[in-house]
Amino acid sequence: MWYRSPSFILDNQEQEKFLLRQQLDQQNDDVLNPPPPPSMSEISIQNPNPNISAYYQTRAAHHAVVTSDWLAQAQAAVSGGVTGEDTVEKVEEDDRVVEKGESVIEEFNSWRKQPDLAEAVAAIRALASVIRSSKATTMMELEIELKKASDSLKSWDATSISLTAACDLFMRYVTRTSALEYEDFNSARSRLMERAEKFGEISYKARRIISMLSQDFIFDGCTILVHGFSRVVLEVLKTAAQNKKSFRVFCTEGRPDRTGLRFSNEMAKLDVPVKLLIDSAVAYSMDEVDMVFVGADGVVESGGIINMMGTYQIALVAHSLNKPVYVAAESYKFARLYPLDQKDMAPALRPIDFGVPVPSKVEIEKSARDYTPPQYLTLLFTDLGVLTPSVVSDELIQLYL
Amino acid sequence: MEPRRVPQNNPKIRQVGFTFNSQTQNPHSQPPLSTTISGGAVENNTSTLSPVMIPPPPFLDTSTSLPVPVPAAAAIPAARRVYDDSHSYLAASSPESTQPDLSEDWLRSSSGKYSLAFDMSGVNSPVADEQSTEGAEITVANHEKGANVSEVQVSHEDKKLSSKPSKDKLSKAERRALQEAQRAAKSNKKAAASGVAAHVTGKPTEASKQPPQKKNVPLRTSSVPVSETKGGNQPSEKDKKKDIPHPRMQYDDKSRVEKAKKRSVVKQTEVRNRVELFRHLPQYEYGNQIHDLESKIFNHDSVHPAVYKVGLQYLSGDISGSNARCIAMLCAFKEAIEDYHTPADKIITRDLTARLNSYVSFLSECRPLSISMGNAIRYLKTRITKLPSSLSESETKTAISSDINRFIHEKIVVADNVIVQQAATKVRDGDVLLTYGCSSVVEMVLVYAHEHGKKFRVVIVDSRPKFEGQGLLRRLVAKGLSCTYTHINAVSYVMHEVTRVFLGAASIFSNGIVYSRIGTACVAMVAHSFRVPVLVCCEAYKFHERVLLDSICANELGDPDVIAKVPGRKDVNYLSNWMNKENLQLLHLLYDATPSDYISLIVTDYGMIPPTSVPVIVREYGKEHLF
Repeated sequence: MWYRSPSFILDNQEQEKFLLRQQLDQQNDDVLNPPPPPSMSEISIQNPNPNISAYYQTRAAHHAVVTSDWLAQAQAAVSGGVTGEDTVEKVEEDDRVVEKGESVIEEFNSWRKQPDLAEAVAAIRALASVIRSSKATTMMELEIELKKASDSLKSWDATSISLTAACDLFMRYVTRTSALEYEDFNSARSRLMERAEKFGEISYKARRIISMLSQDFIFDGCTILVHGFSRVVLEVLKTAAQNKKSFRVFCTEGRPDRTGLRFSNEMAKLDVPVKLLIDSAVAYSMDEVDMVFVGADGVVESGGIINMMGTYQIALVAHSLNKPVYVAAESYKFARLYPLDQKDMAPALRPIDFGVPVPSKVEIEKSARDYTPPQYLTLLFTDLGVLTPSVVSDELIQLYL
Repeated sequence: MEPRRVPQNNPKIRQVGFTFNSQTQNPHSQPPLSTTISGGAVENNTSTLSPVMIPPPPFLDTSTSLPVPVPAAAAIPAARRVYDDSHSYLAASSPESTQPDLSEDWLRSSSGKYSLAFDMSGVNSPVADEQSTEGAEITVANHEKGANVSEVQVSHEDKKLSSKPSKDKLSKAERRALQEAQRAAKSNKKAAASGVAAHVTGKPTEASKQPPQKKNVPLRTSSVPVSETKGGNQPSEKDKKKDIPHPRMQYDDKSRVEKAKKRSVVKQTEVRNRVELFRHLPQYEYGNQIHDLESKIFNHDSVHPAVYKVGLQYLSGDISGSNARCIAMLCAFKEAIEDYHTPADKIITRDLTARLNSYVSFLSECRPLSISMGNAIRYLKTRITKLPSSLSESETKTAISSDINRFIHEKIVVADNVIVQQAATKVRDGDVLLTYGCSSVVEMVLVYAHEHGKKFRVVIVDSRPKFEGQGLLRRLVAKGLSCTYTHINAVSYVMHEVTRVFLGAASIFSNGIVYSRIGTACVAMVAHSFRVPVLVCCEAYKFHERVLLDSICANELGDPDVIAKVPGRKDVNYLSNWMNKENLQLLHLLYDATPSDYISLIVTDYGMIPPTSVPVIVREYGKEHLF
């Protein structure tokens, strides 16, 4: 038991060490010609656009949010610049060398096209298809193949926490069956398939479960503040509306990609009274609010969440006015990360449209998300149940160790 | 007020909370109000208040001491002398002893690495020899030679001396070994005494040390039978009560202290003026028993020389730090087990457990056991009792020593590597890291991060009286790290530039409280109020399922002399004759408890966890290391 537990961490560290050594070697080789820092070069291989997080690109595509930056990039791509599609192709060429990687990502992308399907679920399904189409003849081979596939998926978009977490969880959940060692290969493989499908099913149903669980917390006549566009939160509120609860929703605008606007549209379709606030009006209207409802990009080991920029300040305001902050997040977003402060995570960048040209000397904070520490959160609604922040770590320890 | 309870009548009851035990010789228990520090002086003799009975690991019940009447005037110079000596111990036994200039420093002998602990696996190692030759005493090598020569001849007066303690409990072979040891010791003592006599003209302090030593000899022989019988029938009782934790020995419980001191090997003198609130903790006069014990290294049939040596090193402070202490103890046990022969009428697993118990009680007389040691002992005992009885003696012994090696390797060495690698990921370029005291793991983290090219600065906060940080500072500066050194008085000033605080821990309890060197809580609190993340690096084997609320119930008292005096400053010794003042109590605590609110993250071998997840680790893995 003991040897096995930190293996994942050790693996990661080994990789990091290797990279570091490589980097050091390179530096020794050409001192005059320093290569770009490893993180950047890494991303530029895998990520279509180094300056923009792939995660936010997909989100923007799904939500049909068209910013002027986005348009400019698209035009640049059409006119033959080295961005967008070109690099995607290059990525796939790179992956072809790694054989399996390419087909996984293709599969993943095809799943990802469905706007309702979370990225993580798409990844889980893509990984399940790897098992299905695998030509491996031993368990070891299959596991290695699976590991490769999940690694290539993870590296495809390192900024997406749920993607990474879902791949890790899939590996843990699917390959961690003690029965595997005693069976012949075919039955073991079918067992793996079974577990993979089951995991996909669980993940797919997660939203439904969460919306059922959270109904008890929404009472008649309450006012709910929502930040960002979270499909889980939407599902929760939809279910509440279907259950004939009468409540009011405040939506923040959600600059720069205006996710709040979209959310208010959805609310209006459901005939829920909705009010749109600019992001800076949160403190002003907090005294009317009964609870804050947010989604999460990732739930980290401390029990805090990583979510769209602005969540932290909303949580701070809510905490100081003693309003509960509820987080709706599927369990595949639980990640083995432990940020100590805001800058302690890989930044996910996104374009920001200010409407007017910004002088080149002015620096722009492009980070797309922030970290909310657990002491500002009240409860987490997950498909594992309604949890306090400190339970997240317990669940993670049980999942990973 | 809770109903009075007699702890002797029902020892199986787990006593938590404030309980009063009515004692036979003192039926008037004091109301809780009397626990104030100011009221302490009056009730020196009538203290019956036992604050919190904590169920500790089940090996703590046989420990205490016997106050030997030492004339105060004689004791003080002796103590001072021994302290001077312990400096030279440090020089001799520290792994850097090849570098002569290090000897003046307050170096911890376990300099972050475990080199010392592994070195001293042999009694005959040069380190041991150097120590025992110090001060005209026996050398171990000589001693063993003497024992070998005298194997066959057992003189009559020796028989007279030794047959009394051994009685019928010992087998023939054992008795013979005992006699040899005592004979050799006696001859050596004679030699030593004559050596001292020759020295007297030159060193008057030497003479003042003599009387207590002589006084102890008859006392010891009378105490041996008790420990022997105790050792004989203990395991069966132990097995029965295994799952019920014993209440920890409360040192204000008069009758128990009386009982325990009868079987103690180390003759400790209780400090007279003790702080009322901390009466339940043992506090002795320091320093006057080291020489005394040193001379008797082979007089003890119940304690193996290797264990004995480690005990003395604990006593003198040569080995400190819970990892180093744990490793030293395990290595000594390994050696003792290698030299062990099963008596004819005994079962090896049972007899070995009894042996271990007597070693453990000896070690805890030298210095109260740390949680890390407690967990290691528990592991070892479970391993021994789990061994199949079909194994032969040599097989059993190899199995046990490989278990010990495995524990050291897996739970400490590999765990540290994992911790270091994980903690280093939290170090970014441009960081300013603050550390307090000298934690071996934190030192490794800093060195590792530096070796991997991270650019950061270190602030080392230190405090009186041990100045452990100076050793760390020296080693880090030698490695080329840029360091700032300051005392804990300035911590609120330096904290504003700090970005991370790295701390070590002696133990972490189930409610997330970190039990560590005194001053840690203060540093963590300041860091918390400055919103600086506090990272605690601690191996999972130091976790304990107990809950701790404050630093009063479980703590350790150090030598009050040390805080009363400022070394090298004759002019500030205002308290030089404090012993005579009835209304003065000095409190030298060695540990404190840091609330979990101040801790952002605990780095363990199972990953980085929040302090709320300590019970999960204890629950999921606490059992595992026992099997």
